[in-house]
Amino acid sequence: MASQILYALPFLAKGFAVTLWVSLLVVTLSLVAGVLLGVGLVYGPAPLRWTVRVFSDTIRGIPILVLMFFVYYGLPAIGLHLPSFWAAVLALTLFKTAQVIEYLRGAVASIPKGQSEAAMAIGLTFRQRLTYVIFPQAFRRFLPPWINGVTDAVKGSALVSLLGITDLMQAINQVIGRTYEAMPLYILGALIYFAVNYALSLAARRLERRFAFIRE
Amino acid sequence: MSDATNASPALLDVRDVSKAFGAVDVLRSVSLQVKRGEVVTVIGPSGSGKTTLLRCVNFLESYDSGSIRIDGKEVGYRDAGTRQRRSERDLAAMRAETGMVFQSFNLFPHLTAAGNIMLGLTKVRGKSEAEARQAAEHWLGRVGLAHKADSLPAELSGGQQQRVGIARAVAMEPKILLLDEITSALDPELVGEVLAVVRNLAEDGMTMLMVTHEMAFARDASSRIVFMADGGVSAVGPPKEILAAETSNERLRAFLARFRASHF
Repeated sequence: MASQILYALPFLAKGFAVTLWVSLLVVTLSLVAGVLLGVGLVYGPAPLRWTVRVFSDTIRGIPILVLMFFVYYGLPAIGLHLPSFWAAVLALTLFKTAQVIEYLRGAVASIPKGQSEAAMAIGLTFRQRLTYVIFPQAFRRFLPPWINGVTDAVKGSALVSLLGITDLMQAINQVIGRTYEAMPLYILGALIYFAVNYALSLAARRLERRFAFIRE
Repeated sequence: MSDATNASPALLDVRDVSKAFGAVDVLRSVSLQVKRGEVVTVIGPSGSGKTTLLRCVNFLESYDSGSIRIDGKEVGYRDAGTRQRRSERDLAAMRAETGMVFQSFNLFPHLTAAGNIMLGLTKVRGKSEAEARQAAEHWLGRVGLAHKADSLPAELSGGQQQRVGIARAVAMEPKILLLDEITSALDPELVGEVLAVVRNLAEDGMTMLMVTHEMAFARDASSRIVFMADGGVSAVGPPKEILAAETSNERLRAFLARFRASHF
């Protein structure tokens, strides 16, 4: 049994690399898109606010799995054929983006109006107010839910296996298919996912402490 | 009317400014002039439009009609006649010419005392870090907080925070300083230290427009007092005249009587 698992390790490592790659893509892309759209939601003109609001509410109301199948199996109907890997990344990114939008909105909304006004009063422009006054403060409110979202993204990446992508989850399933050693392999998989997420939350805690400029 | 303007050019010239929040008229054709070096205090019952007026002067609040000029330049709109709002960049530049101190301090909690003062100096005035730091230390010294330059706002008392707030505003070397009930959020024993700083600035010739409930301070420090009621200017004059108990203005008399009854 042990030798069989040992033999499978390189294969599992490859799957793990795919899991990390998918997670990294989803987290990075959704961060950029979510922050931009979130700023649009808070400060944008009415039509933009409306569009972002509808996007976010719609996406968050759909199970990720449905979203993923829709992108992969549904979009070809309108001529958009995406390889399974990118279909999965797109679906997960859309979902995560909607979350990031809400984290950002919440974080910015938690900054008292007086902060913007004080920044206006010394003559800062809109962009300067965001850069030097609002975002640095909103960041510490944004961080904890976002880190939770990142660990969710790592865990949620296991769904890509359902489109036949050989990530960690799929690799484990395939090895189980050959060896019938379900229990030890699922434990191994759980430990790997756990290790990644535990490392992430440790890093997050350190980061949060660094930005705790208010001793509450 | 225009002859009068030319005869005594006011640094701040508010003319016929009106503003409504929905069906409520907060400002009714308010006119008010502040000359260079003057300290003008606005008093009045709550809801009389004092704070709104102050916030219109640096366009934190827009107004529906009338004109507000600082040094002859229209504040929020491109021209007195049109209602065309200035660009974001223009507004920022205009606001840099007026300093504002807030009731709730509104210090930036992520920046130190010096950092709060330096932000405008570096980003708006284009000073170097070193120059800005020097100016920050100078102004912190002026408000008696030279030793607190590297403290975060959360580490300062309310009175100290407000003094940093004043230093942040005056370090920009504004043409006029707007003080919005700056001692209202302070414990009584901390009011004195903040007012001492304001008195000090007044002696230096800083032009100020302030809203306050500190009548004794208003009496001692103001060149003129404006009494507002129901969104309009009800009386203007030197402190002695306005705060006299035997004033013929009934609303003012009622306000002062109520005020005395509740404060003494």
